[in-house]
Amino acid sequence: MAMYVIIAGGGKVGWNLARELIARDCEVTLIESNHDRFRAIEEELEHSVQFGDASEIWVLERAGIQRADLVVAVTGDDEDNILICQMAKDKYDCQRIVARANNPRNLPTFRLLGIQPAVSATDLILRLIEHEVPEYGLVHLLALEEEHLEIIEFEVPAAAEAAGKRVQDLDLPDGALVISIIRGTSGFVPKADTVIEVADTVMLILDPGLEAEVSLQFTPSSAAA
Amino acid sequence: MQRMFILIVGCGRVGSAVAKRALDAGHDVSVMDRNPLSHERLDRDQISTWEDAGGRFTVGTALEIDGLIEAGIEQADVFLAATSGDNTNLVIAQVAQRRFEVPRVVVRVSDPARAAWYSQQGLQTICPTQVAIDQAELVVMAEQG
Repeated sequence: MAMYVIIAGGGKVGWNLARELIARDCEVTLIESNHDRFRAIEEELEHSVQFGDASEIWVLERAGIQRADLVVAVTGDDEDNILICQMAKDKYDCQRIVARANNPRNLPTFRLLGIQPAVSATDLILRLIEHEVPEYGLVHLLALEEEHLEIIEFEVPAAAEAAGKRVQDLDLPDGALVISIIRGTSGFVPKADTVIEVADTVMLILDPGLEAEVSLQFTPSSAAA
Repeated sequence: MQRMFILIVGCGRVGSAVAKRALDAGHDVSVMDRNPLSHERLDRDQISTWEDAGGRFTVGTALEIDGLIEAGIEQADVFLAATSGDNTNLVIAQVAQRRFEVPRVVVRVSDPARAAWYSQQGLQTICPTQVAIDQAELVVMAEQG
């Protein structure tokens, strides 16, 4: 049976998302509160868009939230997105939600109120920028927030503490572990006596908060001082 | 009287009036609003300025945690969410309750439906619309006499 998706907010994200989901045979209701915008969307999506404020209970019920398989809140207001998802989850028992965080600084509030996953385009772009222009070669690869773990990688510069050392001789804090080394084009899992070379990419898994301490091993000594 | 530290977010008609009364009653009061001009409401019809009378005022957006901390949420005994946005009020009230564990959290919600649902969820809500409906109902349908 087709998945029924309610999308709150007919901005660029909401409208494009609705179009793509319809093309994938989902049943979609998009809710937009600006009347001019609603009329423009209606020309294309016809009955798949409804006019109204998606944080109003009767608007959500008119859209059939009771039978929604997924609720996506992508309005321009983070508090609206939080409220819509919270009601979808707690009031209508909708198991799957996706929320947009316009301001990445609000992500902790989404987390606090159990609104997961929350997606922030700004945050994603920031991470891509970090990946392209890493500070001292540190790249955040993955943050496993529920599990309190993160995976990061470093490119080893010539003057780094770690260059020329065996993995077992690295001065790493408890809670940090080297899990992989990429040398040239191939990666491998190191042993305790593997020697780290300049220009290696070293991947570590660690408890949150250890980054600064771990960085000391992979930054030029002058920068570490 | 037990002296309390009361944080009020939203310096509109309701927020500013409650703030002035609470300060007059001898409590410590901190008010936060995103609009610096709203401060004027606190000084209106008063003998001294809000700050001279002992009040605090912080300019900030309610959803930004740093602003709430600057306004003193970590010390607050009472938190009143009274901005013009229902959803803003409901979100920051839950932040005050769950993250900062403020003992008494009160939230103004204009929409009766949302107010009813969130009061079932354990928030202390005040719904001016519902009060108006109840009062109007009484007056409109009062026996002629």
